[in-house]
Amino acid sequence: MVVNTTHDTIKTDPILNVQSIDVAYGSVRVLHEVSLQVFAGELVSICGINGAGKSTTLKTIAGVLKPQSGQIVFRGQDITGKNAEKTHRLGIALVPEGREIFPSLTVAENLRIGAFGRYDAKRYAQDLEDIFELFPILKERYNQAGGLLSGGEQQMLAIARALVSRPDLLMMDEPSLGLAPAMVDLIFELIETLKNRGITILLVEQNAERALKIADRAYLLSTGYIKFAGRPEDMSETIDITSVYLGDGEGGF
Amino acid sequence: MNLQILTEFTINTISMGSLYALIALGLVFVFGICQLVNFAYGEFFAVSAYTLYFLGTFTSLPWFMVFLLGIFAGVAIAFLCEVVAFRPFRDRSMDALLVTSFAVSVIAQRVYQLSISPRPKAVPIPDFMNRTVTIFGIGTPLRNPLIIATTAVLLIALTLLMKKTTLGIAMRGASENFTTARLMGVPANLVILAAFIISGLLAGVVAIFLSARTGSVEPMAGAGPLLIGFIAVVIGGMHSLPGSVVGGFVYAGISNVLSLTLPTTMLSFRDAIMFAIVIAFLVIKPEGMIRGNYHEERVG
Repeated sequence: MVVNTTHDTIKTDPILNVQSIDVAYGSVRVLHEVSLQVFAGELVSICGINGAGKSTTLKTIAGVLKPQSGQIVFRGQDITGKNAEKTHRLGIALVPEGREIFPSLTVAENLRIGAFGRYDAKRYAQDLEDIFELFPILKERYNQAGGLLSGGEQQMLAIARALVSRPDLLMMDEPSLGLAPAMVDLIFELIETLKNRGITILLVEQNAERALKIADRAYLLSTGYIKFAGRPEDMSETIDITSVYLGDGEGGF
Repeated sequence: MNLQILTEFTINTISMGSLYALIALGLVFVFGICQLVNFAYGEFFAVSAYTLYFLGTFTSLPWFMVFLLGIFAGVAIAFLCEVVAFRPFRDRSMDALLVTSFAVSVIAQRVYQLSISPRPKAVPIPDFMNRTVTIFGIGTPLRNPLIIATTAVLLIALTLLMKKTTLGIAMRGASENFTTARLMGVPANLVILAAFIISGLLAGVVAIFLSARTGSVEPMAGAGPLLIGFIAVVIGGMHSLPGSVVGGFVYAGISNVLSLTLPTTMLSFRDAIMFAIVIAFLVIKPEGMIRGNYHEERVG
């Protein structure tokens, strides 16, 4: 699949177009006129420190939170304010922060719920085979309770649970958080594999260096504002990432 | 303790425990899915029991039709409660839902009082329910072995539903992590409605056996089972379906042991002792005997 990687050369419509959304928790506004686009086949990273609004952005796209203003368009359809059940059915899958697997449900049952909104009896067995090919460990653990899996295995299950719905847009919220270094490597390799398979990915990571290395395009969020949008290498050049992450609070500007 | 008393105790405990287990299960099904302590639950019994009274008194329907329609009334009122009373408030706070459940209960009780009667009404129950049968040499009303068998069938059916069907798996997932389940496309309305329908079904079944025992229904008829449900759930565990079943049986066991061992002069303190045990559970083991896999959902 040939995919344009820079914003200005894109000719097709974006698969996801977030236009100037404002989001607040109660009276505290956490996102200010955030706009971002994701094109089919792209891997887009959103970077920023803790509390910058990265997870909030993903949750708003997924329909867990409602924006107060702005618009979210997915595959030409206005999904602003649509709830999570509906966005999932339309093809948006979120791998939530902290994995959030169902601990007392088996791996099999976790996967079955993952496909709930887009279940197709005819191809489910094949989808499972594809999943096992990517994550052989899940086949071994198929009938074990999710809560008994290791952190890394749980993260694989969380990603598998999203993939089994064959999403048009896969959003991942801090997939490497809290994992052992070897497992972090594995997860990033996996994300690259998924990207090479043509899956459209919107990735939120605190591990900016790794995330930027594999991204086609990147956004920098700081205190709820988009501070940068463009090619990852430009982001590394124009912004002192370290200062953003070590936090002078001004996003390095 | 001689064998006869032991046998009698066992039969009583298992049959009473079956009833209490079903009551507690109906409460936990709804709590598990939407964290609502449903104070309107007692009205599911009352509406069922009043339906048994009406159909049994004013129609000549055969008993099994009366029973089926009584159970159906429990399901229908649970369905209505969810769609009319709870669904519009679900986006608000938990407190709003709690107050709503109180309101539903109070309104329902006033409706029975004003439109039917503030006094107890006799519920006609077919004679066979209370006919004495002999089990292991002990005479007991037929409704006791019947409730045990009914409970066994219902528990097996519900276990199959929760373990083997997609809806059941989705309900279990939603009860562990509602937000994440919705992110997988599990419709909130569907799983919550299913929980209410199961709750109403269990209440309808229990109403038949409770009515057979008491023989009447009055406006506060729901308060008894509601209290039983709470106690069983505190003992067994609020976050686990098996826990609520265990709690129902343990409650029946403790209650029967007290009835059997307390001297006659102390018998009036039985409920007080029961409540002391409940308080002890709340202090020492607030999660109940079976913990379940519950974790507080993070906000934000």
